[in-house]
Amino acid sequence: MMALVLRRLLQSIVVMLVVALMAFTIFRYVGDPVAMMVGQETSLEERAQLRVTLGLDDPIPVQFGRFVISMAQGNFGISYQIGRPVSELLVERLPATLELSGIAALFALLVGIPMGVYTALYPTRWLSKIFLGISLIGISLPTFLIGILLILLFGVTLGWLPTFGRGEVVAIGGWTTGLMSTSGLKSLIMPAFTLGMFQLTLIMRLVRSEMLEVLRTDYIKFARARGLSNRVVNLGHALKNTLVPVITITGLQLGSIIAFAIITETVFQWPGMGLLFIQAISMVDIPIMAAYLVLIAFFFVIINLIVDLLYHVVDPRLRIDTDQG
Amino acid sequence: MVIESFRRFVGSDIWFSFKQSKVTLCAAAVSAAIILAAVAAPLISLQNPFDPVVLDLMDAFSPPVWLEEGSWVFPLGSDDQGRDLYSAILYGSRVSLLIGFSSVVLAMFVGVTLGLVAGYVGGVVDGVIMRVADVQISFPAILIALLIDGVMRALLPGGRHEEMVFYVLVLSIGLSQWVQFARTVRGSTMVERNKEYVQAARVIGISAPMIMLRHILPNVMGPVLVIGTISLAVAILTEATLSFLGVGVPPTEPSLGTLIRVGQDFLFSGEWWIVIFPGVTLATLILAVNLLGDWMRDAFNPKLR
Repeated sequence: MMALVLRRLLQSIVVMLVVALMAFTIFRYVGDPVAMMVGQETSLEERAQLRVTLGLDDPIPVQFGRFVISMAQGNFGISYQIGRPVSELLVERLPATLELSGIAALFALLVGIPMGVYTALYPTRWLSKIFLGISLIGISLPTFLIGILLILLFGVTLGWLPTFGRGEVVAIGGWTTGLMSTSGLKSLIMPAFTLGMFQLTLIMRLVRSEMLEVLRTDYIKFARARGLSNRVVNLGHALKNTLVPVITITGLQLGSIIAFAIITETVFQWPGMGLLFIQAISMVDIPIMAAYLVLIAFFFVIINLIVDLLYHVVDPRLRIDTDQG
Repeated sequence: MVIESFRRFVGSDIWFSFKQSKVTLCAAAVSAAIILAAVAAPLISLQNPFDPVVLDLMDAFSPPVWLEEGSWVFPLGSDDQGRDLYSAILYGSRVSLLIGFSSVVLAMFVGVTLGLVAGYVGGVVDGVIMRVADVQISFPAILIALLIDGVMRALLPGGRHEEMVFYVLVLSIGLSQWVQFARTVRGSTMVERNKEYVQAARVIGISAPMIMLRHILPNVMGPVLVIGTISLAVAILTEATLSFLGVGVPPTEPSLGTLIRVGQDFLFSGEWWIVIFPGVTLATLILAVNLLGDWMRDAFNPKLR
């Protein structure tokens, strides 16, 4: 187990270094950092001076080393357009994105798993067909379109829910939360639903197909032959074994929820990191782009690592392999 | 020769399963209709929505024909610039489909080439290609596409970007999707490589690129077409998303995604048709292609027969 942890950790570090190299390349070679920072009237001497102060004359490996160290310390440079440290901007917006993603993931799991179980157990009932229909729509309807339709229905026509922003937020230390106020909660409903919808359909389809497979196995037949109640067989035996792959996929999906939040945040003008990133792309604000890239990669690597290790804890069959290797 | 292969196709299991599935028939008909309409856009549209001369701001915000104040001049209504939505959707689907198809072709080309090489050559080359693929596939395609788009945007000076946007998008979307192709082709290539016909070809001295191209490629193409169909749906969706986010096709030559982005601004003032009709077209197109892809996946999977 220890060897596995170490190997995975090493792989994660390599991936992070590759991503950092990409971010560094973008940061250093896409456009001239000096030209981005100074105005038109800055003289050539001043520019050369700035170039030396920023260390842009040093050998490339030295520059990259410095880049990695400052990133690891949470220093992502200063935004070209906004003129404030990127780390400050990201920290400000992190709570909004994490709250939205967390609630969306929770929604997808709590609704997706029961729907998947139901459609697997009763494939011929009409409710199952409705669920499957919904899942097909969920996969085909683009995220932003779901958001727009929700805004049109509940925001504009019915006027029940706010259509943009986070509502009233409460600050707890450095963390701002919208979960403590009514307007914050109301603002969260539509974005979380929009963001969770795609994951919900994925989880539902996955649970369904895994469950169908498990239900065909001998130990389920044996459990039934022993006269166990349907409840025990379905939930105790079948669902438990279904959840192993579900954990993996869900874990990996958690990362993509944070990435897909970009779209949802744009539709609902949710003040999170994704919105910041999109604005950075359209205004060619390289430091924010590079920082977002590294941060998202970091989330992904951490999540992958946890999921991998969790997988080995949950599934005993995998342990034999790793203990030998 | 052509007639013979047509007969074989009509008599095949694939054609039979196609005819049996009503959903698939519908999906194929809908996809074909949208593609045809997009190709024939200049013939069946009411105006050229890209030509500023025919647009009149006085015509802006005309509702669809069945509502009060609607007119047959603008059957599905008009947008903020007095553009006929029906024509704009036709031309928009054209842009969306063109970018979608081109991206899939690029992804297919890159993926199949790298997959063939990785599977045939093996060793370090295989290791490097597949590690890159592993890292890329753990990130969502939309993020990769956004990133490539952002970098290209920064590399191209302001004015150039507008004219290059088509290539930028094809490159971003295509490069975000090659992994699926590469993985599949690599797998089947590794199986084919050890078969006797490949060994025979090697023995009579045919060069490696020739073996890959002429002997192995035809035998690994089946699954590639299936992935290609599913990728088409993803590519169209990605293009629409990028355009919706404002980093795709500009409003001067709108795709379906751009039309939806423009329409979103008028949601609150009650002009819902500007966003709904392009949205419905996009969703229908993606759903139809997805259904076709689903069917192909099952039809080409020998396990399910």
